[in-house]
Amino acid sequence: MKKAGKWGALLALTGMMLVAAGCGNSASPAANSSQPAASTPAPAANNSSGGSGAAEKKITLGFAQVGAESGWRTANTKSVQESAAAAGIDLKFSDAQQKQENQIKAIRSYIQQKVDVIAFSPVVESGWDTVLKEAKDAGIPVILTDRAVDSKDTSLYVTFLGSDFVEEGRKAGQWMLDQFKDATEDVNIVELQGTTGSAPANDRKAGFQEVIQSNPKLKIIASQTGDFTRAKGKEVMQAFLKAHKDIDVLYAHNDDMALGAIQAIEAAGLKPGVDIKIISVDAVKDGMQAASEGKINFIVECNPLLGPQLMEIVKNVVDGKQVEKRIVTKEGTFTSEQAKEALPTRQY
Amino acid sequence: MNGLMKHHLFWPLVVLAALLLFNLLYSPDFFQLVMRDGHLYGSLIDILNFGSPLILVAIGMTLVIATKGIDLSVGSVVAISGAMACLTISEGADQQAGGLVLTAVGMSLGLSLVLGLWNGFLVAGAGIQPIIATLILMVAGRGIAQLITGGQIITVTSPAYEYIGAGSLFALPFSIFIVIAMYIAALLLTRKTALGLFIESVGCNPKASRLAGIRSGLVTVAVYMFCGLCAGIAGLILSSNVSSADGNNAGLWYELDAILAVVIGGTSLNGGRFYLTGTLVGALIIQTLTTTIYMIGVSPEITLVVKAFVVLAVCLIQSESFRKKLVHRWKTRRYPAEREVTRHV
Repeated sequence: MKKAGKWGALLALTGMMLVAAGCGNSASPAANSSQPAASTPAPAANNSSGGSGAAEKKITLGFAQVGAESGWRTANTKSVQESAAAAGIDLKFSDAQQKQENQIKAIRSYIQQKVDVIAFSPVVESGWDTVLKEAKDAGIPVILTDRAVDSKDTSLYVTFLGSDFVEEGRKAGQWMLDQFKDATEDVNIVELQGTTGSAPANDRKAGFQEVIQSNPKLKIIASQTGDFTRAKGKEVMQAFLKAHKDIDVLYAHNDDMALGAIQAIEAAGLKPGVDIKIISVDAVKDGMQAASEGKINFIVECNPLLGPQLMEIVKNVVDGKQVEKRIVTKEGTFTSEQAKEALPTRQY
Repeated sequence: MNGLMKHHLFWPLVVLAALLLFNLLYSPDFFQLVMRDGHLYGSLIDILNFGSPLILVAIGMTLVIATKGIDLSVGSVVAISGAMACLTISEGADQQAGGLVLTAVGMSLGLSLVLGLWNGFLVAGAGIQPIIATLILMVAGRGIAQLITGGQIITVTSPAYEYIGAGSLFALPFSIFIVIAMYIAALLLTRKTALGLFIESVGCNPKASRLAGIRSGLVTVAVYMFCGLCAGIAGLILSSNVSSADGNNAGLWYELDAILAVVIGGTSLNGGRFYLTGTLVGALIIQTLTTTIYMIGVSPEITLVVKAFVVLAVCLIQSESFRKKLVHRWKTRRYPAEREVTRHV
């Protein structure tokens, strides 16, 4: 009885409300409480013990991660795992290895295990309606972290905690504008996109384009996906360097691709950061290291340490408090000089 | 001319030439090679350098397919071998030390051989169908690679290790020499000794070969081990090229590219015959196609469709019955009315 779940109490309450609504105003309060007790005896029993026992039950959080694609993701995973342990939340963690079907499977298994809250970073933006509907039907609240879904029905998830990728793109674009405002010739930009169809790739591209449009001298001459990985970043950049002789700026959607591209640029006998200016997003340790060496000129931060904020939200959701539909993480930007100063104190 | 066209390498070479010609027309300096910092630099070098892991895996795959088998686990072996090497180096005190790099290379190659032995044992010893037997390691292998890397990307700073995939010898990427060495070794072993015949006869009929005195089980195991070794070397090249090991993405879908390269090269999936040089050309076609797509700026959303169309075209050109049908239709093209007349007369 003491172990009885707060969630169970909540369920019973909802059940009661439903029954009350169904019965209309003619039903007496006594009749209401007896009906759920008949159908689901256990939750109704908790109801009497009330909130006293509820606080002792451990909250279970199912978290479906994208996969270990980059240093950023690793920091993100660590942050979630550490802060879950610190907050006393039972974390069920799964790694989708960048495949949507794996993530859907993981979410379904969380629904079956009846976790209290599901949180996940969608691999791609679309195709989540069915599984989110299943979670909703099971009465499990869903929190999106770091990446959004393009679902029309926003009631399918409680909140979206994460960076504003469009804003990140805009920040990168703004730096371009400021740097090249006096340009008299065309400035040729090549872009290394993230995984095709993923929210950060779509949004970072859109935000960047939106800002640099105001200066017609800034031109994106080539854009190709590097899948957020170092190997692909290098391979694609090598092809770019062969196909275009006059690249002035590289805009990479994450640090790892920029790091791969730096190797390609060095192999071409050019100086990264000097001959070709490099803008990147994420600010992971390796990226900051390269920035402090002057190889990356400008990094827009994308904070992976969502863990503490996520656990806060999970608790609020379980307590039935109202949470904001969109929670943006705090992030900054770094130039080479700022990166040099910030590097020693970086956690990831 | 007819004899030339009948040669199994004719169509693959035509396709490769067509791809290169397209590049030449599209960007004239595609073939330009310049000396930079003491090594050659240009698109062709890139194709050879980035294509070398695929060629290696495909060579191993050719021999496996020749025994009527298939090895789906090569992509995972690539990831495991890279992960093992990078882990060993990252844990060493001095990452530059040559001995450490040699240990790392030795350990990952040893591990790859063991994985090959595992596949061979399942196929020859336990009698499981090759596609299922290797599927096990294909799925489990990614997990093993992640276990080794701890789910993270391991970055190493070791110039000695980097040399394998990114260094150059005589102005050419070092990886090319590894590929040439393995290719020649495979060619000599299979064409200058009886081993090639053994492999082909096992591919035709393992039971009959055993009755004829060939230890077909041993041949099968050896072939899977060789394939594992090739994949292991490919993993070293891939991971050392970017100085990091990524358990998740290294060698992803390599098995499919390798099988495609083998098939484009003219080796039948039914086993019994194999063409190592054809495989080499097939792998080069695939890598040239990838590079071409990057160079001409196909938008990333439709890259795979473009690739699929080219591959479809290549396979259709390769198919003898399709060619015959096409030629037949061309030659016997008659209008319905004409046919009518012939029949009535």
